[in-house]
Amino acid sequence: MKVLVPVKRVIDYNVKVRVKPDQTGVDLANVKMSMNPFDEIATEEAVRLKEKGVVTEVVVVSIGPAQAQETIRTALAMGADRGILITSDTDVEPLAVAKLLKAVIAEESPSLVIMGKQSIDGDNNAVGQMLAALLDWPQATFASKIEVSGDSASVTREIDGGLQTLSVSLPAVITADLRLNEPRYASLPNIMKAKKKEIAMKTAADYGVDVSAKLKVLKVTEPPKRAGGIKVADAAELVMKLKTEAGVL
Amino acid sequence: MAVLVIADHDNTIVRDTTAKTITAAMSLSPDVDVLVCGSGAQAAADAAGKLAGVRKVLLAESDALGHQLAEAVTDVVFALAPGYDAILTPATSSGKNFSPRIAAKLDVNQITDVIEVVSADTFVRPIYAGNALETVQSSDAKKVITIRPTAFKPVGDGGSAAVEKVGGGTAGAREATFVSEEVVKSDRPELAGAKIVVSGGRALGSAEEFHKVIEPLADKLGAAVGASRAAVDAGYAPNDYQVGQTGKVVAPDLYIAIGISGAIQHLAGMKDSKVIVAINKDADAPIFQVADYGIVGDYKVVVPELMTALG
Repeated sequence: MKVLVPVKRVIDYNVKVRVKPDQTGVDLANVKMSMNPFDEIATEEAVRLKEKGVVTEVVVVSIGPAQAQETIRTALAMGADRGILITSDTDVEPLAVAKLLKAVIAEESPSLVIMGKQSIDGDNNAVGQMLAALLDWPQATFASKIEVSGDSASVTREIDGGLQTLSVSLPAVITADLRLNEPRYASLPNIMKAKKKEIAMKTAADYGVDVSAKLKVLKVTEPPKRAGGIKVADAAELVMKLKTEAGVL
Repeated sequence: MAVLVIADHDNTIVRDTTAKTITAAMSLSPDVDVLVCGSGAQAAADAAGKLAGVRKVLLAESDALGHQLAEAVTDVVFALAPGYDAILTPATSSGKNFSPRIAAKLDVNQITDVIEVVSADTFVRPIYAGNALETVQSSDAKKVITIRPTAFKPVGDGGSAAVEKVGGGTAGAREATFVSEEVVKSDRPELAGAKIVVSGGRALGSAEEFHKVIEPLADKLGAAVGASRAAVDAGYAPNDYQVGQTGKVVAPDLYIAIGISGAIQHLAGMKDSKVIVAINKDADAPIFQVADYGIVGDYKVVVPELMTALG
């Protein structure tokens, strides 16, 4: 059984995000970029399924600039088998990403797609669900546990107030939440091996998908800053301030 | 132009998040209908009809809808979509699950986590964990939008909308089936809608300590309990307590952060609270930069004093 893992190159989660003064976006020049953390978790889960013998091949696909090859190499070093890069120099919106992935799936015929629940740049949390809709596959989002047996998967999902377990027939789309696993660090030998693994280079036009933007970004601004507060000496003063000054008790 | 709001409910009551989403919907159109997808959900539908400004309530029921399965909800909404120009859902974990599926079926992009409606086609939404705000204009004829509930005030009561039954909600029942649910029952208010939230962080050091320190204070204040990602990852608190970029976004009147350093990802989930209190022994912790009132000190000393001071 084959698994497809879509991964995205995003600003590293430790980097402080700065809005450009001309309000056209976020400054990405000379900023450290990494694999989207949720996609690392998805990759890890796919590789673990391969190690368990449930999965035979893990294919990684990314849509982005040429440098996204590095992101694919990271996944290959973690244990994925081969990669596909669909190059695009502009941001591709979630619906167009889902359409491209659908086209890749038509060629690759995986039994399962495991992907991060959201990317930490656009924070849309949409591509997995959109892909499932376009394929008419079942979806299991925000997974904290995945067990594949035969032609179905039991997926425990993080929901408001607790956990929900679904059984989905395969093929299906599963999106990874934070607590699904802890991704491994690639070993040096595996990083070296990953350099020899194949990455197929494609463009959106190869798949006949229109990736032009439907949502026009008018401006990107800094959120309002909270004015700094005061330090109080002790609990008694705090309670007094909350009652009289803030009026919240 | 008419707007459909997909209700967040538990089959008996409609949650506050629904009333807040209706406020956002009203800024698009005076014609707002509410869809209740559930099972045995007549009470929730009746409750939705009492919300001010609602034109009518649509009730769809099936077993799959009782668990809000995305395939089933999409089935219902897709059939209703031709009658609406916009479909709004509160950005809860359930809404985030099914709304993009609806958008893709309608061949439109979703406008996610909207915090401000600028005009009928222009919206403000946070990106990069709330470290930037994006103003987007949609050219799609039909808009599928999730609303961040904490950014809107709820509509009040006073409505008297009729409830109309609609069909659908069985599609996908074969491919995705509900197995089980473990939902923590609690007498405390729900985290997302609570007026006061008491949150604990990694400094608590253990689940026992979290239980012993955070929960009694929350109960004294009638507050919901939250936690930082670090505390959840360490196993001190269950995952649904997590406040932050990847957990819940809260904006209570009072947020008390205990032993939380204030990582960017946590601040993204609580910085819109009206009043923030931080208790931390590290005077340089970033949490103090957003706190209205800070106490530099060990929670082991400060929290018992706070319990006493509250009487």
